[in-house]
Amino acid sequence: MRKIRAIGVKELRQIVRDRARLVILIFVPALLLLLYGYALNFDIRDIRLAVKDQDRSTESRELISAFVNSGYFQLIAVVERDEAIVRLIDRNEVRAALVIPPRFGRDASTGRRTTVQVIINGDNANTATTVMAYALTLVSSMSARYEVQARLGSPAGPALVLEPRVWYNPELRSALFLVPGLIAYILMITAVVSTALSIVREKEMGTMEQVRMSPIGPLAYVVGKSVPYFVISLLSCIGIVLLAMALFGLPMRGSWAMLVLAISLFLVGTLALGLLISTLAETQQVAFQIALLMSYLPTLMLSGFIFPITSMPPFLQVVTYVVPARYFLVALRAIVLKGVGIEVFWPDLLALVVFAALTLSLASLRLKREWA
Amino acid sequence: MTRLGHLMRKEFLELRQDPKLFGIVIVAPILQLTMLGYAATTDVKNVPMVVVDEDRSVESRELISRFDASANFVVVASATSIDEVNAYLDHGRAWVALDIPADYSERIRRGEQAALQVVADGSDANSTNVALGYAGSLVAGYAREVAAAHGRGQPLPLVGADVRVWFNPRLESRDFMIPGILALLLLVVTTNLSSMAIVREKELGTLEQLAVTPLARWELITGKLLPYAVLGMIDVLLVVSVALLWFEVPLRGSFALLLAMCAVYLLSTLGLGLFVSTISSTQQQAMITTSFFFLLPMVFLAGFIFPIENMPDAIQPLTYLIPLRYFLVILRGIFLKGVGLETLWPEALALFAWGAIVLLLATLRSSKRLG
Repeated sequence: MRKIRAIGVKELRQIVRDRARLVILIFVPALLLLLYGYALNFDIRDIRLAVKDQDRSTESRELISAFVNSGYFQLIAVVERDEAIVRLIDRNEVRAALVIPPRFGRDASTGRRTTVQVIINGDNANTATTVMAYALTLVSSMSARYEVQARLGSPAGPALVLEPRVWYNPELRSALFLVPGLIAYILMITAVVSTALSIVREKEMGTMEQVRMSPIGPLAYVVGKSVPYFVISLLSCIGIVLLAMALFGLPMRGSWAMLVLAISLFLVGTLALGLLISTLAETQQVAFQIALLMSYLPTLMLSGFIFPITSMPPFLQVVTYVVPARYFLVALRAIVLKGVGIEVFWPDLLALVVFAALTLSLASLRLKREWA
Repeated sequence: MTRLGHLMRKEFLELRQDPKLFGIVIVAPILQLTMLGYAATTDVKNVPMVVVDEDRSVESRELISRFDASANFVVVASATSIDEVNAYLDHGRAWVALDIPADYSERIRRGEQAALQVVADGSDANSTNVALGYAGSLVAGYAREVAAAHGRGQPLPLVGADVRVWFNPRLESRDFMIPGILALLLLVVTTNLSSMAIVREKELGTLEQLAVTPLARWELITGKLLPYAVLGMIDVLLVVSVALLWFEVPLRGSFALLLAMCAVYLLSTLGLGLFVSTISSTQQQAMITTSFFFLLPMVFLAGFIFPIENMPDAIQPLTYLIPLRYFLVILRGIFLKGVGLETLWPEALALFAWGAIVLLLATLRSSKRLG
């Protein structure tokens, strides 16, 4: 225990001496959350629309204003020719185009079937799906109106209606879903970045020999190295969570003790991962490269932060089990959004414990072999 | 020129001496693209659903089988009352619950309106939104069929919508995401390589030795840049092949233009790394600067996953400072739209200018003297 403290104090002194690094580790995560919390959302509005109206009737104008008044579309251009639509979409000036055929008004009011064309730029499939859904809803509600006018449909409306009720996040605000993910992501990057160089640095600079000669065991060394970062990151993380609650309306429906427990377990695991990388690498450059490749994209894409794991192919779902952020996210969302207790997310906490134990012991084993 | 040659030879020799680094730089991008390419789908499939069938009729079972048969939903359980749904959603065993009221079949037969309740877990707001959209259109389509079968209304709406999705008709999010992953992988690998290039010599003390040679500043930067650029272009060829051959992302534009633009992009990523390397005094500083101040903004603000047009007006101007923003437009333009320089020249110009400026800054900052 005394040895661990000695290493911890030494590491802490080094951090404190490097004032810039301390400031970065404490404040930058909060700054990043602030910026991205505002920047990121999936709520799509003001879709830029071009219209080619070949009918110019009351009905066609009604349809166009239904699009504009919905609040989802913004009329950018009225065009005469198809080439103009091609040019506008190629240059990203509009995302969608509405083409109303000739005789649209006469057909619709006399009950003859007619079709309007909606052209969507599909380069971003996610946005395109949403745009398509908005357009289809608008067209079908106009259709229902004309059907009633032409006495074709039942005036009582459709035979089935869907009454959706959304739990945990009734307004479906994407911030509530993204902010926990951002917290996990920023934490992961901070933890790995702060420890990935710490051991390999001593190797490269030659100071490792001195540590090796001292009576400190590998495990004590690894634990001692991570304690100061653990304290700093824990403080910074609690700051982030409070910030998210104050600014983005992140609720806190569960228990604080559980939250701190989950954060701590995740931090120990990720800090130890950084240390493991540090023991594996011979040079700081290699450590940096491994740390980046293991944290940046995998945490973004395989943790369930943005892409739901259930939609992934089965082999990839298996791969996600080695991404620690996956477990942390389940626990974090369960605590703050759902307010459920440990009986629901204990398997995820257990997985975090296993991950932390595994990385810590691998790192110290690896170091032991090197020192032997 | 021979001085430059010597420096480049030294860099290559150093790279060869570090086989681990070489292996990572070559193998990791291929491996990652292959895996992440599969993850990058925003399509919502197999949403686990729990059903509360209070009616237990032929009609209600028909409706349930419609949900189960669609690719978007999987019925994982059935509950006897709406109160049981709670536990399923809390544990995350189901994302949506469908409640069919007891008088469902009777109302359908009488031609009255029946209300179905759907309870959804909103903690993943994006997927829930999409899933509710699927449920809505599934029910609407089924309602038309039911109405038509009972002689009320027609099976097809009076005003149909003919939706044409350009560039990506199957709405495959993979085709959109893979060029983005490719760009990010190149960024991570190459910026890292060059961000350590100069500061490493500083920290190890070998920059002193370079300082006493007659090497000019621009020669130092160029000599560091070119070997990594060669390595970067190898990576470009590898990841582009994975995208084209493994994922079969369509390449509608010119292959030569694609490679040329990748080279311009590497100029900016490597230049950025070199710039960081000249302003840092330790490798750790270089790593922190690169990861926090350059890589994270690029991941989130360049339009890789989150469209720039959705961002608040105050933040949108910031995105113009990010080279990846221009490169993404170029990549997606070449891959999906098949457009050429006649459309993409503003982005190409911006990307090139970015690279040139950052390299110039790196050259100016690289004093050969220490401290």
